[in-house]
Formats: sequence, structure tokens, C-alpha cells
Amino acid sequence: MSAQPLIHGPAEPAALLLRDVHVLDPRAGHDGPCDVRVGGGRIVEIGTPGSLGKDVGEELIEGRAGLRLLPAFVDPHVHLRTPGQEHKEDLQTGTRAGAAGGFCAVIAMPNTDPVLDSAPLLRSLRDEAAREARISVGFLPAITRGLQGEQLSEMAELRQEGALGFTDDGRPVQSAGMLRKALQYQRLCGGVVALHEEDRTLSLGGSMHEGAISAALGLGGIPTLSESTMVARDAAIAGYEDARVHFQHLSCVASVDAVSASKAHGWRISAEVTPHHLLLTEDDVRGMDTRMKMYPPLATEADRQALLEGLRSGTIDCVASDHAPHARDEKEVPFEQAPMGTTGLETAFAALHTGLVLTGALELGLLVERMTAGASLFDLPTPLIAQGDQANLTLVDLDAEWVAGESGWESRSENCCFAGRRLQGRVLLTVAAGAIVYRERALATVES
Amino acid sequence: MNHLLSIEELDRATIERIVEQAARFAEVSDREIKKVPALRGRMVLNLFYEASTRTRSSFELAAKRLSADVVNFAASGSSIEKGESLKDTVLTLSAHKPDAIVLRTQWAGSAELVSRWCSAAIVNAGDGKHEHPTQALLDVYTLRRRLGSIDGASIWIVGDVAHSRVARSNIIAFQRMGAKVTVAGPPTLIPRGIEALGCAVRFTLEELGSADVVYALRMQRERMSEPWVPSLREYAAWYQVNGRRLAPHQVLMHPGPVNRGVELSGEVVDSPQAVITAQVEAGVVVRMAVLYELLAGPRTPAFAGSEAETAGRGAEIADTAAVGGGRLA
Repeated sequence: MSAQPLIHGPAEPAALLLRDVHVLDPRAGHDGPCDVRVGGGRIVEIGTPGSLGKDVGEELIEGRAGLRLLPAFVDPHVHLRTPGQEHKEDLQTGTRAGAAGGFCAVIAMPNTDPVLDSAPLLRSLRDEAAREARISVGFLPAITRGLQGEQLSEMAELRQEGALGFTDDGRPVQSAGMLRKALQYQRLCGGVVALHEEDRTLSLGGSMHEGAISAALGLGGIPTLSESTMVARDAAIAGYEDARVHFQHLSCVASVDAVSASKAHGWRISAEVTPHHLLLTEDDVRGMDTRMKMYPPLATEADRQALLEGLRSGTIDCVASDHAPHARDEKEVPFEQAPMGTTGLETAFAALHTGLVLTGALELGLLVERMTAGASLFDLPTPLIAQGDQANLTLVDLDAEWVAGESGWESRSENCCFAGRRLQGRVLLTVAAGAIVYRERALATVES
Repeated sequence: MNHLLSIEELDRATIERIVEQAARFAEVSDREIKKVPALRGRMVLNLFYEASTRTRSSFELAAKRLSADVVNFAASGSSIEKGESLKDTVLTLSAHKPDAIVLRTQWAGSAELVSRWCSAAIVNAGDGKHEHPTQALLDVYTLRRRLGSIDGASIWIVGDVAHSRVARSNIIAFQRMGAKVTVAGPPTLIPRGIEALGCAVRFTLEELGSADVVYALRMQRERMSEPWVPSLREYAAWYQVNGRRLAPHQVLMHPGPVNRGVELSGEVVDSPQAVITAQVEAGVVVRMAVLYELLAGPRTPAFAGSEAETAGRGAEIADTAAVGGGRLA
């Protein structure tokens, strides 16, 4: 791979002193108050509380109860809708949404129009990201040309242009033979192959999880089999080819079991789960709110518990938002007509903190690990609060309560499944690649 | 009652009130001049996205017998074919200030959606495979006329339950009126989880003899493009309600139109056990009762139309929060 895989727009390096702030970064061994100085794009100094003095020109942020300074999050699965669907999202609005959610990097999916499946298109997108992106963006071009599942995209050339890996997310590879060829070719070009798992012969005509609620509502059901049989099949192919495969947005017990068994074989497999699958179930679809329509569909409470346990145990490596913006009028239609997807970048941390950490289901430190683990899965450096490292930081207020969407969204779209819910925990400041990329209005600082 | 969106939301008392009102209107149909002035000056708009002759004409007749004005708007040949969204169509037609919109679409939940977009009373005349509440009300009316009471009756609903909004509304309505409901059909056409509605499930007609009422569903030929059953011939062999399977004491119902020789044999359609034409007759009086329930007297709209548009986001968010019920909050 020759090109830098992550790219972001121009930004002024921040000069910042965070004084007596509770730093939490399990990987770096921090869980207590520190002074942290940021300058020239890096974490310059970390000292005991009160040990660092404010330099001229530095912005000062004082710690207080409830504040935590975390390594910024990395999201390996977002839809930035560019090119072709800029009415839903573009590189600027999508990365602004990421910044507001405390992310320093996101990885964009290729189901755009045209599909991201060629080097020239990747080059032009990266050029655009270098002008527009608030935080770092990496790209996963398509495994097959046009997501058609028939012919490999020029994977080696795409890798040279900076592709992090490949995926046919949104329109998954159906043929086992086709996937095997892509995994064989991975030996030449490298890059993670990320898989949205769905057997369309089982999911066709469905718009929610198959069960009592779909039966009562008269909606076509999607059995979890549609996902889990493909996870098992593709894990076996990856094992046979010793390929590196990442399973996207797991949603059910059987998929978690299949990943767990595959990992036990020593196969090079990783997996992600979304905040909505960790927090919501098919019960939330009862009102036929189209923001609750996504693939894979929200499943049962038993599935949710298995995903949570998988995330705790490490069977599931990381959290990914699957941020999938759609315009208001596209979602303001009957449930069956609505496109799949919910936005998630701006609510991921707050929703998981509210629903899992505050309820005692997940330790905050583990949540932070899982929200940053996406980086290393795609061979990117993991954000770390360590002296000399690039400054990728998120300052959150764990006590702040807010209603999701109450003051609008940074995203161009508002189809968030958590909209209207009262959340606790709010991102106040995001530093990505050394620059302040987001600042919540309430954050008071002492100017120099 | 502001709208009729589903049977699910009606309690037994409301169902009884409507069918009793329908019984009073039955007398109007026997008059020489089949009209009462109850809804004079009101406007009923029939908005049908799916082909329908009997339901639409039944609503039209019902409205006219109550002296309401009726406008029919069908999907074919209209702006809908030109790609207009449901919301835009409804907002456009709302400009004519209808008092009620009778809506049929191929999408579940559409009646409920439309009720949020305009101030007219919405009558669900079929939303996808979800519900068809006026069909269930007229079936309850018909059965009560035939049996006196439905309490304790055993009712079998036979056929393609998966694709039937009639089945869903009737499972709920019959049970709410005290009946025991069993659904029966090929395993490919009985949706997984349907028993959560309280009904029993059978995959053969072996125990059909225990039923007091046999309600056959239409086997839609268009379903045969997908391999739901091996052939109509095999379907008929296993699931056709015919003279051999129907006992003399049983009442036979069907929502129409009948595929003779498929779900029903010709002989049972024409037998005195069949109340199929009584169901059609009941359709008009029950729909009169529904329109009367919704439109007679001063309307107290849930909200004004213009507000619904501008309130937009805030109102929706509040709704969602209230519905919520998730593991958050």
C-alpha cells in the first residue's frame, strides 16, 4: 500500500491545556485526574494535576466532576453518501456528525452512486476529503464492480490508492465462489474484506425481524438465519483461505456463536456491532417508525443479550455505528417503502453510555476500548492518550442530560433511531489529528 | 373515535356500538328511498392505491346513503403513477377539505401515517397485509345476525394467512367478541409467530369438523409466481373447503372475490350455509355506521391540518419518546 489510508481537511493545530481532568484510557493505563497539554498536533505533556502551567496562547479547560477525557473514537462503518447522494450526506456533514459524536476517524462504505469501485473515483474522493473532511476518513471500496457480485474490482490498484480494504456492504456478495476469489486475491493486495452478511433468498420481501411482531403487523419477516448462515459459510471460506475477514453489524445469537467458533479455530476474523442492535429490539418496531428500519433488522431480547455478551467477551471486537443517513422525505413513507438505515454517529457514545454503562451492563473503560478498537482492525493506529502521540481526544460530560435531536443534527439527515430519547453523557470537545473539530456550545473555556 | 385505523385499537364495546348502529341502518336499505340526511354537506374521499371494486363501491354507497358527497381517487391514471409520494398526494387532496378519507394501500401502517398528515378522519380500507378493519366489522355483524352471538364459537380461518389483512383483522375481532379462532393453511402461508395473536394454528383440515364457522381466504393467483405452494391443484386437494369437508351445521364465510374450484368448491359457495352475499350486504350498512360514528355531530379534530405540517419535527420527537419503550430511559 502506498498512499496514506486516512485523509482529512485542513485544520489548525490546537494549543490546549486540560487541567485536572479525569483521563480514562485503559490501553494507556490512565484512570484518574491529570493535566494534559496539546500542541503542534500532538499530546505534548501529561502531568499530575496542577503540575502544568498555562502557556501564552493556550486555551485552558478546567476539569470538573463528571468530565472524562477519552481517546477519540474510531468508526469502521459509516455511509457518507458521496458521490451521488449528497442530499442525504456529504463528506463535510458526515464528518461533522462524526466529530460531534467524539470520533476522530470514520471508514466510509462504497454503496454510493456511482459505486466506489475504481482507483480514479477513490482518488477524487480522497481529494474531496482533503478539502472537506472535518475528521479523518478512510475508504472501503467495493469487492465487486458495481456491487454486482460478478467481477472483482481492481483491488490491487485500489490498495495502491489508499483503500483500507473492501466491502460490498448494502449489496452483499451472494456467491461463495465469488467471495473465495476475492479472499484469494487478498494475498496479493492485502486489505481487510468486510462483509455485510445476508442471504437474499431468505431476506427478500422482508422489512423487519421475523416473529410475532412481523406476523401481527403483516410485515414481511427477515429470519436471523439470513445473516447467521452467511457468517458461518464465509467464516469457513476465510478459514480455508487463511484470509482476513471482518463481519459487519452482527445482529443475532447464531452469528455471535459462529464468530466465536471461528475465532476458536484461529481464523483471522473480527466483528462489529452497532449501538442500535445493542440497545433496541423488534419491540421498538411496533409503531412502524421508519427510523427503526435497518438491515440487519432489530431482533429479539435474547439476540440483544448475546450481542452484549459478545462485546464484553471480545468475540465482538468493536462498536460501529453503521451511520446510514436518508433524507426526511425518503423516510416519511410507509414502513415497507422506506429505505433501510439509521444515523448513529452523533448518538453512539451517549446512547451506549445511557443504556449500557449507567445500567451496569458494561464498564465505561470497556466501552471506550470497543469504540476505539475499529482502528487496529483496519491496520490504523489506535488513538492513545500518551505523550508524543497524535492528539485524538474526546472530552465528555458523563452527567450531562440531553434529548437526542433537540437542537438539530450535524448530519444532513435526521433519521436517528434514538431521536427523542433522553440520553446522559455528552461530547463536549473533540480533538482529531491535533485540531479541535467539535466544541459543544456549553463548554466554557478560559481564553488566553 | 377520530379515525378507524385498525381493529387492534377497538374494544368490544366499540365494536358492538358500531354493529348495533349498522343494524339500525339496515332498515334504510329496505326503504324505497334508500337515503338519510345524516351526513349532508360532508365530503368523503375514497383514495385507493390498489384495485378494488367491492370495498370501494361499498364505501361509496354507504356515504351516498348518508347523503355525503363522494370523490373517488384511484391510483391508476393519476399523479401517483407519476411518482408522487403518499404524503404529497394526501396533502394535495387535503386541500379539498375532505371530512373523511377512505384509504387503501399496499403498505402496512399507511392509514396511521396519513392520520398524522391531515385533519380528515381516516378510515383504513386495507393497509398492505396489516389490517382491514371494516371487513372484520362486517364479518362480526354478519355472524351475529346468523348466530345471535359469537361468544364461545369456534371459528376457523383457512388459507393464505400470511398475505391476508382480512385474516389479521378477523383473528383480533372474533376473539375480542368471545370466539375461539384457529388458523389453518399450508406451512408456507402461515406466518411464523401468528399464534402470538392468541389463535391456534393447524396445517391440515383434519379437525375442521370442530368449527362452528369456516372462514375461507382468497388464494391469490398472483401469489403463485413465487413458490408458496407446489400448485393450485395440490392446494385445492389439501385445503379446499368443499362438500366433503364442510359439515351441515357450519357457517361458511369468504371475503370475496371467490376463486371457485380453488379455496372453495362451487357447491359450497351456492349452498345455504354460505353467507357470502350477506357479507357484501353487511358491507354497506357497517360502513354507514363507521362513517356515521366518525362524522356525525361536530368534529373535534385531533389537530388542525396546517399545524400538523409546521409542528413537524418537535411533535414527532415527542411521539417517539412517548412510544419509546426501549431499553433506554
